[in-house]
Amino acid sequence: MDIIVKNLTKTYGSQKAVDNISFHLKQGEILGFLGPNGAGKTTTMKAISCFIAPTSGEIEVGGYSVKENPDKVKSLLGYLPESNPLYTDMGVIDYLKYVAELQKVPKEKVKSRVAEMIAVCGLEAEKHKIIGELSKGYRQRVGLAQAMIHDPEVLILDEPTTGLDPNQIIEIRELIKRIGREKTVILSSHILAEVEATCDRILIINKGSIVADGSYETLSKKATSSEIIHVGIEGGEFDTVYQALKELPTIAMVDVKSAEENTFDIQSKPDMVSAKAIFDLCVENKWYLSQLTPIETKLEDIFHELTAN
Amino acid sequence: MRQIWIIAKRELQSFFDSLIAYIMMIAFLGFSGFFTWLYGGDVFFVGQASLQTFFEVAYWTLFFFIPALTMRLFAEENRSGTIELLLTRPVSDWQVVTGKFLSTVILIAIALLLTVPYYITVANIGNIDHGAVITGYLGLILMSAAYISIGIYTSSITNNQIVAFLLTIFIGIFFHLICGILAHSMGGTMGTFFNYLSLQNHFNSIARGVIDSRDIIYFASIITLGLVATEATLARRNASK
Repeated sequence: MDIIVKNLTKTYGSQKAVDNISFHLKQGEILGFLGPNGAGKTTTMKAISCFIAPTSGEIEVGGYSVKENPDKVKSLLGYLPESNPLYTDMGVIDYLKYVAELQKVPKEKVKSRVAEMIAVCGLEAEKHKIIGELSKGYRQRVGLAQAMIHDPEVLILDEPTTGLDPNQIIEIRELIKRIGREKTVILSSHILAEVEATCDRILIINKGSIVADGSYETLSKKATSSEIIHVGIEGGEFDTVYQALKELPTIAMVDVKSAEENTFDIQSKPDMVSAKAIFDLCVENKWYLSQLTPIETKLEDIFHELTAN
Repeated sequence: MRQIWIIAKRELQSFFDSLIAYIMMIAFLGFSGFFTWLYGGDVFFVGQASLQTFFEVAYWTLFFFIPALTMRLFAEENRSGTIELLLTRPVSDWQVVTGKFLSTVILIAIALLLTVPYYITVANIGNIDHGAVITGYLGLILMSAAYISIGIYTSSITNNQIVAFLLTIFIGIFFHLICGILAHSMGGTMGTFFNYLSLQNHFNSIARGVIDSRDIIYFASIITLGLVATEATLARRNASK
């Protein structure tokens, strides 16, 4: 189910939380929303999930307008808000049943859906507890379970893995990926590694506007045009190796990592590759390579480059 | 309608789970029973087979109990943020408001139902005016519904339950007492005006056994006003403040 956001703007007083954002998300895509605090991620998600009405602009989910058919849109959506609010006085099963009923799951299916969600989200051991007694990680699972209880076409998850331990994070990421094959998923996160690991497409927003939109590969290409390689050369004196490397025509900069181990970080000149030249140099001098690793541009760097002023 | 009922059911469940419902009922039955049967101007003192004393006591006890029941309804959802989840379900704001309203009305109705033995007992002692009893109960339900709608409104404008409680008492006391007093002391057009606003007048006239359309309109207006104002408060999240 496609999500179309057209010129979405939301103002609070004189402050523009979201400023003229447009994007089109296709079925089966997992979109990662990245941005510093207060960039407008949550506001955009709240607008798509029909909690707040946009000041101007259009949002369509599966062809239904958020403005004209909010009830229809709401029934297509599963939403996990930022702070994962839950009724702490309700039991896990009671709560999931209540949500299933509100989401218009047919009566005869309520029980099986609740059981399925408990299994999928790993709540089996805790299902008879009151939500207030659960640890943060388990509450997060209940939050995910309530978002998916009616098998929604679109999932909107605002920071879904906060409070989970590393194993749970991996589990939840796998779960999101699995869902993302058939459904449309939007998730937001500060954790760049998470977005990198789970999302097909990344949208970076800053101060209410989109600053980057694309897959991880396209974004990393955009961020740096020159490659960086980590090299280790043995069999020669440090000074000679260092000098020889510096004189190579494709290399822009040599950064010494360790003089004892003869390791360097080498930055090539824009749009040039140095691996072959380094290899040839070693052959010529009868040195040998102990390491040769291209250093990838991390999403951190892209993020930093695009959002820092 | 189904959605309203689902919400009402959950709220009702929550009243019972948190023991508020039991405490409220025991206290209500305790107070009203004590004053109806044992103390002061009780049934035996008056020497008439009537529930007038009971209605008078219930009129005051409910006035204090209802704010305690309604204060949680929206304030707690506002505080914990669950309101966001609730309003992103396929329900309209209006359904949420009426669902919560209905849950509390049902709870009060249950509490009043438990006092039916009073009626049966008194009816066995002497000749009771059956009509006045029925309209008396109707009056209590209408009065409760009016205060519930005010209570829901005050609960929706804050995320602090105590503030909601006090505000309901504060607004309620005008209808409950002050308007009546003002009507007495002022007279003239202002007197008529306050006389009309006084909930006590309308309640008394119904409890005496007369169902006047003016009284019904009065209660219906307060209920509608409270619920519409609550819906407007919920809709404020959409405004570009």
